[in-house]
Amino acid sequence: MSTATTSHPPSVSRRTFLRVSSAAAGGLLVSLYLDWPTIAQQPATPKVYPPDAFVHVRPDGKIVVQVNRLEFGQGVQTALPMLLADEMDADWLQVIAELAPAGDVYRDPVYGIQMVGGSGSIAHSFEQYRQLGARTRAMLIAAAAAQWKVTPTQCRAESSVVYGPNGQSARYAELAEAAAHLPVPENIQLKKESDLRLTNKEVRRLDSGAKCNGSQKFGLDVDLPGMKVALVAHPPVFGAKVKGFDANAARAISGVQEVFEIPLVRGTGVAIVADRFWAAKQARDRLRAEWDTASVERPDTAQLFAKYRELARTPGNVAVSRANANAMDSISPANRILAEYEFPYLAHTPMEPLNTTVRFDGDRAEVWGGSQFQTVDRMAIAEVLGLKPEQVTFHTEMAGGGFGRRATPDSHVQREAATVAKRLRGIPVKLIWTREDDVQGGYYRPMHVHRVEVGIGGDGMPAAWRHVIVGQSILAGTPFAPMMVKNGVDSTAVEGTADTKYNIPNFHISAHHPAINVPVLWWRSVGHTHNAFVMETLIDELARRAKADPIAYRLKLLSPDAKKLRNCLALLQGKTASWRSLPRNHAVGIACHESFETGVACAVEVSIEDKRPRIHRATITVDPGFAVNPLTIASQMQGGVTFGITQVMSRGAITLKDGRVEQRNWDGYTPPYMKDAPVIAQVHIVPSSEKPSGCGEPPVPVISPAVVNALSRLTGKRYRTLPLTEI
Amino acid sequence: METFKLTVNGQVKEVTADPGTPLLWVLREDLKMTGTKYGCGIAACGACTVHLGGVPTRSCVVPVALVRNRPILTIEAMADDPVGRVVQDVWVSEDVVQCGYCQSGQIMSAVALLKSTPKPTDKDIEESMGGNLCRCGTYVRIRQAIKTSARQLG
Repeated sequence: MSTATTSHPPSVSRRTFLRVSSAAAGGLLVSLYLDWPTIAQQPATPKVYPPDAFVHVRPDGKIVVQVNRLEFGQGVQTALPMLLADEMDADWLQVIAELAPAGDVYRDPVYGIQMVGGSGSIAHSFEQYRQLGARTRAMLIAAAAAQWKVTPTQCRAESSVVYGPNGQSARYAELAEAAAHLPVPENIQLKKESDLRLTNKEVRRLDSGAKCNGSQKFGLDVDLPGMKVALVAHPPVFGAKVKGFDANAARAISGVQEVFEIPLVRGTGVAIVADRFWAAKQARDRLRAEWDTASVERPDTAQLFAKYRELARTPGNVAVSRANANAMDSISPANRILAEYEFPYLAHTPMEPLNTTVRFDGDRAEVWGGSQFQTVDRMAIAEVLGLKPEQVTFHTEMAGGGFGRRATPDSHVQREAATVAKRLRGIPVKLIWTREDDVQGGYYRPMHVHRVEVGIGGDGMPAAWRHVIVGQSILAGTPFAPMMVKNGVDSTAVEGTADTKYNIPNFHISAHHPAINVPVLWWRSVGHTHNAFVMETLIDELARRAKADPIAYRLKLLSPDAKKLRNCLALLQGKTASWRSLPRNHAVGIACHESFETGVACAVEVSIEDKRPRIHRATITVDPGFAVNPLTIASQMQGGVTFGITQVMSRGAITLKDGRVEQRNWDGYTPPYMKDAPVIAQVHIVPSSEKPSGCGEPPVPVISPAVVNALSRLTGKRYRTLPLTEI
Repeated sequence: METFKLTVNGQVKEVTADPGTPLLWVLREDLKMTGTKYGCGIAACGACTVHLGGVPTRSCVVPVALVRNRPILTIEAMADDPVGRVVQDVWVSEDVVQCGYCQSGQIMSAVALLKSTPKPTDKDIEESMGGNLCRCGTYVRIRQAIKTSARQLG
């Protein structure tokens, strides 16, 4: 336990494959393997993780825990060390959490690559970190027992101290060296729930202090001796190439070192390298580049919507077809609803602009960056530099948000950085995407059209449901496609609809995935962003038509095995019982949705102020299984619903005209500010001992349908087109 | 390039920069004070908020040449500021932050508000904090933490 990185499995050195399979709840299962013949020899998950790669007990008593994935707000840098420290009986006040560099031992135990996604951090590493803690504790106790010539069972541990049967005691720091030489025990006993001291308690984040006094370093704050800053002039239309450029004015800026054309994942660009950001920025503003935009498709939002609406009139590839697909025909038109929905492209715009720092030294390279996909990004950088992945040291930096944007299968930002670093050889270079690059640079939540026909039965419940979804496939062309695109249906496009928990007897979902020249990506909660909106607004409409209470109607329609949503709705019913008498012109909106195996229900009290929805309060109930850190879960729920409000902002859309993105920055694409968020957001967690599930994404889908359901009650209108430009 | 004398957190610093360089980049790259953050460059997000002559200011749009003799306070000085210290402590005890990238700016705006308006109403809070973006959506806790800070500063 004296060094941190000794016993890693052999690194990936040959050609690699990403293998993906569908997880039960529509999440992603990814495995990185060596050549196929070696798969059997290289399981993705070691049976026993080596504690010395994760825990370092320092002589001063500090316990340094390596966190095997990116921290970007979700709180995993606190939660995983909590799990480990609890089983280890470590003194929590002495725990320091570090973000582990890229390394095989830090691969996600389920996905098989080092990554954050699918709200899987706690779900996948819960057992892993508990076992690491228990094994470390067992080794420390064994070391003490050997020293005192007693048996380990005669000893106990508490707060980083081992106590022996005859009044002996030794601090973990004193035992660490001896413990490090002991074998790692294979069989260990994890604590009973009642013996947990940190887990399931409200534990404050470990990183708050540094984030409140300015000392926390993010990727963009990396500063190295002799470091240069690089910006890239990207093509104005995705995939376009440089025809020619005049860099005289750019080079005239003091501090500008180099201006040169580089290949991009899509098209080509012009890189500018300077001593400082501002010099690079001024130079880029003055660069005169001509682009060949004629030979690439120039998408146009209005035309795309027209095309999508047309596509939606015919069934697409079938995602699910249950019972009688033609049951609709026997329902009279008066008892049918036909609803067409439109959703725009959405950018993630995390607060910290995208960046990566690379230094290429010929036979090796060093990288600093906040990445959700360390394994993938490291491989991409190695490929650009002509190195093997193990020749690339990848430091995981704290990231200022991400929401999916730092998980790009094509590693386009990292490839740009590596391409520039290759030319600068020996000089570290920080490649920055400005906010304009970010807003205009693609990798959006895809735009969608949904066309839904609902046939209502005599009991007021939906008897038949025909639903066509049109939108680009996020997974097509990525290593994830072979397993996640089935029958021509991208599972992320239909998640939340095809696998709805509502019990609708005759049910038909199909999808069209047109290929469009706009890069698309998962946006916190992925397909649930639009699918939950459609489902939850339509269900609400049906409930109103049936003159039923919106919660009672949902409970009636949910299938009996939808336990988590039932728990959430029942809890919500109780917590909002006092909401009966509202001020005039206020209304309540309800929504619930299960995603990533976590159920969430939400009630909002809304009025209309300055022609915008004003959310006076939100009550959120969540069933995430066993709650590892209730304080973090509450934060994720409060923050997640606010993130979800992006969808209903009046300027919550990325649009294109003649191939060019029309928004440039947050003035044109405007996410929620304080006044747009709930004034109060109370969170109630369903008590549970079930295995923990994720909390990062599940709050996002419920808020926008809840808000517009309330608006519908105020105005009598239905809102099927986002963003909400008019109420 | 010109040389400028800046008073940052009570210390006089000399920097040589293009006069048009925003104060933000002088702080971050010349003075290596990276607590002040770049988010948008157009004063739309507030991540770069500093106090310039006591006024909360978006440093991404203030050319260094226009700073002149106005004292600059950044997040790095808040631990030594009587209001800043309280706000930071409350931010930690109420577990406000998530990714944390915007929080330097949030705290600078909150401290300025509490200095000018010791007992802010919800409306005061929304107005003063209205230009500080947080993509993680910590607004509910920021609002609460400002109220707690106001009580503690009593």
